[in-house]
Parts: sequence; structure tokens; C-alpha cells
Amino acid sequence: MFDWRWDFTWEILPRLIVATGNTLLAAGLGYGIAVVLGLILALAQRTPSRALTLAVREAVEFIRSTPLVLQIFFVFYVGPQFGLRLSPWTAGMIAIGLHYAAYLSEVYRGGLESVPKGQWEAATSLNLSTARTYFRVIIPQALPPSLAGMGNYLVGIFKDTPMLSVIGVAELMHTANAIGSETYRFLEPYTLVGVIFLVISLPTAAGIRLFESWVRRKLGMK
Amino acid sequence: MMTNESMSDFPLKLEGDNVPMVSFRKVTKSSGSLVVLDALDLDVAEGEMVTVIGPSGSGKTTVLRMLMTLEKINSGVIYVDGEPLTHMPNGSGLVPADSRHLRKMRSKIGMCFQHFNLFPHMTALENCMEGPVHVLGLSRKEARERSEELLELVGMADKRDQHPSRLSGGQQQRVAIARAMAMRPKVMLFDEVTSALDPEVIGEVTNVIRKLVAEHNLTMLMVTHQMGFAKDISDRVCFFYGGSIEEQGTPEQLFGNPQKERTQQFLSAVKEAI
Repeated sequence: MFDWRWDFTWEILPRLIVATGNTLLAAGLGYGIAVVLGLILALAQRTPSRALTLAVREAVEFIRSTPLVLQIFFVFYVGPQFGLRLSPWTAGMIAIGLHYAAYLSEVYRGGLESVPKGQWEAATSLNLSTARTYFRVIIPQALPPSLAGMGNYLVGIFKDTPMLSVIGVAELMHTANAIGSETYRFLEPYTLVGVIFLVISLPTAAGIRLFESWVRRKLGMK
Repeated sequence: MMTNESMSDFPLKLEGDNVPMVSFRKVTKSSGSLVVLDALDLDVAEGEMVTVIGPSGSGKTTVLRMLMTLEKINSGVIYVDGEPLTHMPNGSGLVPADSRHLRKMRSKIGMCFQHFNLFPHMTALENCMEGPVHVLGLSRKEARERSEELLELVGMADKRDQHPSRLSGGQQQRVAIARAMAMRPKVMLFDEVTSALDPEVIGEVTNVIRKLVAEHNLTMLMVTHQMGFAKDISDRVCFFYGGSIEEQGTPEQLFGNPQKERTQQFLSAVKEAI
């Protein structure tokens, strides 16, 4: 029933491993953007300006309620109509970074809200500025409860990178498709893609849990 | 907010002899339809230890929280060290304080809380050094020396490198006192600092406060349920009821010979509880 060819498997493996590098790069860059931008989106919702809060809130909801693949197409194909001509990589990183920033901002928001009011009051009583209060007192405490959610989205963004293949980013899925259309063999490339994703996702998830407890210990919190 | 006419009743500055360190002038605070404080007038002299007692909901904690600028007032003016705290001079009148004025004035005030509110991700020493380094601009060395000295004073020098989660409530509160003192405030506020403690460790915190009273010329305002402690440490005791001062006097007067019926009722109810 199976017609699995090992010689073909070994032949295409190097190409797929090179492409895995691109997948990891895409996930890493996209996640880096999302981590920073997500924090900005979360903090922007906590300023005294109600208008800003509302605008950011709506933008986050909009991004979370529309498909990632649409956002990728939009940035890549609609952008040029507005004079925004981006390479597949740039467009892809903007789209996936923004998409996950919206999700991460919700994770941060929960983490920030979990810090007790007394911490703010203590910071005020010591006359710490708002910026110092955030960076020295509030964010370090918001971090541990946010780590589980952040870890989920790290694995999530990694698994969503195949969507970048639709605009031609040469990541794992794109390469597997290319091999398939060159050789008319799909079983081996797609199976390998699945195995590679699994081999990376599972230890990452375990690593995140270890990291979480390490951070809690480091910050003196149980 | 008050109209300009009535704001002119309040001086831009308190001057003359015996300017009180803290002065509440007709301070009103309401939350919705509930009046928390009703035109409160209260002066605290430099170096004076004033204790505020009263039933819950009488507004006593609000007095401290307003002074620490944790809560806004609805009308009236609070002065600290002769200068308006809640307001600032603008031309010939007072206008509500902006954040810059608040930051300047807050440096005169320190506060300890019922639930300590230590920063859990910092050690005892780091908690104490945070303000001196990042607000007062001291070098880390200076801040460390000052903090270690204060941790010594509160008997926590040997626990300086512990995180709050490793300390008992009494120990945490002592670190919190050192942390507030490290900012060298002129006025210290103690908001029910023993209420969340197990009975057997209350003494270690009250002893630290006794020491501060004896060795430092601090102005202090304290809210407490420890009547015995209030009695032998205070220069003056204020009994709050329904958002204003029902009765005040020296501890001997207020505890020994209360004049008002509500004060008598409260004190006898407290006695029964013990």
C-alpha cells in the first residue's frame, strides 16, 4: 500500500533542512516583532487617553477577527496599490508580526492586570515615575503569568509560518510544495515537513515550561 | 471642583511661626453619593505623632491615602511643610496640582501599608535601594549603605538578600518601613501596619515604630486598631466617626476620659473585643 522511497527521502532531506532554517528565521523574526509590538499595543491601552485606548482596542479586535492568510495577502498584494512594494519576506514578517502582536497584547494585558493595585501604590509612595513603575515594578511581575501564553503563541507562530508560502517565502512548506511539483511525489516531502514540525514543537513547549519556572525562581516568586 | 471665589480662602503658602507639617483645610472627599470625609480640618505639628482611630468606614484610612496622593480630594486643600500638596500656586490663586508638582511634594511623604506591598521580585535590600537609586539619584554605593543602615535599624540586616516570599509578615513589614525611611521623608504614614499580622509578630513591628519615634524627629500619622500601642506612643489621638473628627486629645484624655458618647461606645466595644 505504501510506496515510501527511502532513497528519495534522503535525497530531499538536505533541501528541507535548509528550508527549516528559513522557517525558524521567519518564526523568530515574526515573534520578535510580535513580542515588542504586542507590549506597545498593551501599554497603549492603559494610557489616560480614552480615544487611544479605544482605537488600539478596535485595531486589536480587527486583527484577531480576520484570517492571517488574508492579512498576508493584503500586505503583499494590496500594499503596492498604495505604493508599498514589499518583498515576500518583509510583507510576511509585517503581517505575521502584527497578527501575533495582537494576540500577545491580550496576553500582556492579562498579565499587567494581574499585578495587585498595592504594587502601584507602593511605587507611588516611593515617588517612582510611571515609566519606572512599569519597567521596574509592574512588567517584571506581569511576565511570569504571561509566559505560558507567550509560549503558546511562540509554537503557534512557528506552525503558522507555512502560510507565508502563499506569497512565496521559501520556508519549509513552500519547499515541500516545490519538491512535489518537480517530482510528483508528495508523500515523502509532506511527511518530512510534519516530522520536522513535531520534532521542533514538542521540545520547544517543554523548554518553555522549564523557562517559566526558571524565571519565577529568578524573580524570587514561587 | 471648587469655584475660584472659594479657592481664594486658601493661602498660597502657610507662613509664620509654628507652621504645621501637615494641614488639612476643609478637605472633602466623596465617592458617588457617599461622603467619605466631610470638610476635615486637621493640623499635625512637626515631630508630632498623631494616631487616627475609629470604626471602619469612618474615613480614617482615606486621610492617609489622600496625603500620599493615592486618592484625589473633592474640595479643600492639603498643605505639607507649608506648601500646598493637592494644589499649586498659579498667579495669585491655587489650581489643582499637576503631576510635576505632585512628584515634588510626594518626596516629603513616606507610607507603609497594611499588606506591606513589597516588590516581590526584589530582595529586601533591593526593595530599599529602588527609590534612593531611581528617584533620589543616589549612587548604588550610597543607596546600599543607607539601606543597610535602615535594615539594621529594623533588625532585618541578616535577611537583606531574601525575597519577600521568604519572609514572615512581620519581617516584610519591617522591610517596608526601612524602604519608606530610605527616602528620608518628613512625614511617615502608617496605614494599619499591624492589621494583617499574626498576633505574635505585632510586637516586632510596633517596637520598630517606637524606635523611630524615639530616635527620629519624624512627623507621623498612623491608623491602627492597636489601642494599647496608640495609647503609649501617640502625642494625640483622633477619633473619626462618619467622615469627620468626633473627638481628639492626648491619649490620656481620649482613652481615660472620653467626652463624646460615640467615643465611649467605640472604646468600650474595642475593649470587649480584647
